[in-house]
Amino acid sequence: MMMTEENEVESTLSVCGHNIQIAEVLKDGEMLSFLIVSQKLSGTGEYHVHRNYDDFEWLQHNLFCQEDVAGIQGVIFPPLPAKAQVNTAAKVMKQLGFLSLGEWQPYCKALEVFLQQVAAHSILSKNKAVEVFLTNPDSPGKQKVKKNIFNRLSQAVDGMRKEGHKDVDDFFQTARDHNLVLTNCTKTVTEKLLEVVQTEQKIAVACGHFSAALLLCVEPGDDPNKQAFSKVCVKLSEVFESMKKSTTGVSENDVSTMGLGLDLESRYQEAIKEMLFRRTCKLVELEHARRNAEKAKPVKKAAMEELRKAAETEFEDISRVAKEEITRFEAVRVKMLQQAMVQWCEKQLLTAKECADQFTQHLEVFRGMNFK
Amino acid sequence: CHRIGSKMLYLDIRGDLDSEIRERGTQSLSSLSTEDVSANTNGPNQDALFDDDPEDLFAEATEEVSLDSPERDILLSDGPSPAITPITPPTSVIAPRIGHTHDDMFTHSSFDEIEEEEVDDSFDINISVSDPEKVGDGMNAYMAYKVTTKTSMSLFKQREFSVKRRFSDFLGLHSKLASKYLHVGYIVPPAPEKSIVGMTKVKVGKEDQSSNEFVEKRRSALERYLMRTVKHHILLKDPDVLQFLESSELPRAVSTQALSSAGLLRMVNKAADAVNKMTIKMNESDAWFEEKQQHFESLDVQLRKLHISVESLVCHRKELSVNTAQFAKSAAMLGNSEDHTALSRALSQLAEVEEKMDQLHQDQANADFYLFSELLGDYVRLLAAVKGVFDHRIKTWQKWQDSQILLQKKREAEAKLQFTNKSDKLQQAKDEIKDMEGRVQQDERDFEQISRTIRKEVGRFEKERVKDFKTSIIKYLESLVLTQQQVIKSYFTFRYVTASV
Repeated sequence: MMMTEENEVESTLSVCGHNIQIAEVLKDGEMLSFLIVSQKLSGTGEYHVHRNYDDFEWLQHNLFCQEDVAGIQGVIFPPLPAKAQVNTAAKVMKQLGFLSLGEWQPYCKALEVFLQQVAAHSILSKNKAVEVFLTNPDSPGKQKVKKNIFNRLSQAVDGMRKEGHKDVDDFFQTARDHNLVLTNCTKTVTEKLLEVVQTEQKIAVACGHFSAALLLCVEPGDDPNKQAFSKVCVKLSEVFESMKKSTTGVSENDVSTMGLGLDLESRYQEAIKEMLFRRTCKLVELEHARRNAEKAKPVKKAAMEELRKAAETEFEDISRVAKEEITRFEAVRVKMLQQAMVQWCEKQLLTAKECADQFTQHLEVFRGMNFK
Repeated sequence: CHRIGSKMLYLDIRGDLDSEIRERGTQSLSSLSTEDVSANTNGPNQDALFDDDPEDLFAEATEEVSLDSPERDILLSDGPSPAITPITPPTSVIAPRIGHTHDDMFTHSSFDEIEEEEVDDSFDINISVSDPEKVGDGMNAYMAYKVTTKTSMSLFKQREFSVKRRFSDFLGLHSKLASKYLHVGYIVPPAPEKSIVGMTKVKVGKEDQSSNEFVEKRRSALERYLMRTVKHHILLKDPDVLQFLESSELPRAVSTQALSSAGLLRMVNKAADAVNKMTIKMNESDAWFEEKQQHFESLDVQLRKLHISVESLVCHRKELSVNTAQFAKSAAMLGNSEDHTALSRALSQLAEVEEKMDQLHQDQANADFYLFSELLGDYVRLLAAVKGVFDHRIKTWQKWQDSQILLQKKREAEAKLQFTNKSDKLQQAKDEIKDMEGRVQQDERDFEQISRTIRKEVGRFEKERVKDFKTSIIKYLESLVLTQQQVIKSYFTFRYVTASV
């Protein structure tokens, strides 16, 4: 039986995709090293592998460079966060946004989601590189990576003009228009939430300062009034410690649920944008090929026709895959955002209840203070 | 001695201060100018000590300090520095001292009587300042506040009554109280700060949030000022206080025009520094005073630190409110762009929740400000008044020492005269000695009295301090608990909506 080219690179992932975990992040010199744990599909057992960012990039490149997979350019590639190091430059930290906070915990979560999405993808999970990445004890190393042939929007010479190129399919024209709006809105929401979180952190610090300064007001001596005042200062200091704790909690909740969710959504919208742009470029290419075939002189006619047919097939494949991807993603996306908001709400509710209890306790202490 | 027709502020200061502070201004403020200004003294050798200006209680060893000094800029600025009580002696209020008997309006013995009464009469009075109302137009406009008193005390003619007062009325009241009581050791609560910038905005009719905040800040400060004043059992019974609270018409206080906290504090601080630099070391027989003074100095430092800390907190809280509002807006926009109906609804609900949070943050910032920032500011200013009475005690001691030295000199002079044949001069010398002996006794009594008063006042201050802080903190915690309950309620609503996505 003749195997098609596609089947040669096909493989089934031997691990469970949806519960891949990044259990640990360690400092390895300048680099961050991630411990990735995945569950074997066959019975019990786990794979534990150490990977750094270069390995992730290797994986991503392998996924991009599957020219033999029909319509690969129509895939919405799970977005990989920017590279983070032990001492990351301020500019990159700013770009990372929420992922730069919380001692790399959100960053690990983002990488985790990346791997889970890749492993769950019907086309991408079949790539051998995924299996190698997750199960091979050795790091994939600095293997020579094939050139990324994708047209990236950011690198396209006349990207702006092509981006605006009118579509032949209403479905896709709508998708493109909608994506443009959503990308901007999501980016803004993410930025604004980040500013909220940063201010919350400032408040926590200010509470800590006030709490410490109050302790300096304690007055030694037997004088009952002095003792009373000292007690007031000490108890008030505790109040502001509580406030610091609860504000920190609120801020952490914001980051770990809503912040992470919005960040992921934002990067996914960018990934969709890239995919739609690739398809639009293919459309432009196709329209050129058609015109060339029409205008071709009899000598070149056959060759041009070949090109036209190839372009058409490619475009159809891309559009088919893209449509599936968009439909699939819509469902995933809504669920993801809902989950983020529900988790956010639950965590904030818990923190608020704890906070209310603490303040009520403090209030009782003060009400009970009786000074002669 | 010469008349100075300019704004003058008199401080009892010994030592060479003229080079630092003296500067003549050009504007005249008639109610503050005095008949005679004695030259500064350089210690007990100065003959000027003999000058007995009947109208000027501070005739001995006064230093004139003009308000039109380099401090004028600070005077007119809207700075946050704490206010200091003005210690001008409006001559109309205090009966002139005739000879060596003190005819102060309130003799020391009568204070002791009042204090004994205080134990029986229960303190039941509540004052509120409300309904700020702009009166007039343009730069002559002013804010009138309603001052309502509710009391069951027999001291007052009615149980509940209101009057209309303007800011300068409050300053005038404080000025009178300070001149009567500060120099005998009572801690007179300082009046709220002047703010030329703030008031100008209000006058020109700028009806925006910042001028509303200014008016509210002032209203609250005036209320706290009055409550602190009446909590003092002596001040409560002062006729000026009663008149302020009860009488429908009040003579306009013109002497307050140039009294600004910042400038006064600068000058008094300089004076205090001068006192410290003096080579005259007070023979402190009572360690209590030294200990207390040090204690108050360190408390001052701590309170200022706390104040700065809270101001930073208030600032960040306001920033959080702004950022939350922006986040809410952007979430609403995302919700509008969203196709999926349920998700869109959830996002809109998120925007609503965050708008509510914004409101709660603002409320919190106000609580931080009014219950802590203003409280701490009040206490920093109060401590300046406390410092003032301690300084007065030193001056009183100094006066007593000077009298004793003078008496000694007179005795020596008399002894010399014994050997001459000037019988009339001898008799005069003997008379002067007798007067002087009386004066020395009075000065000693004054010193002991002020020492006693300060001890009581410090005790009262420290007790009040605890009550004050406790009250504010309880109010604050109540607001915190309430806020958290509203937060919880908001999240409950949100959870309900998102669950249906």
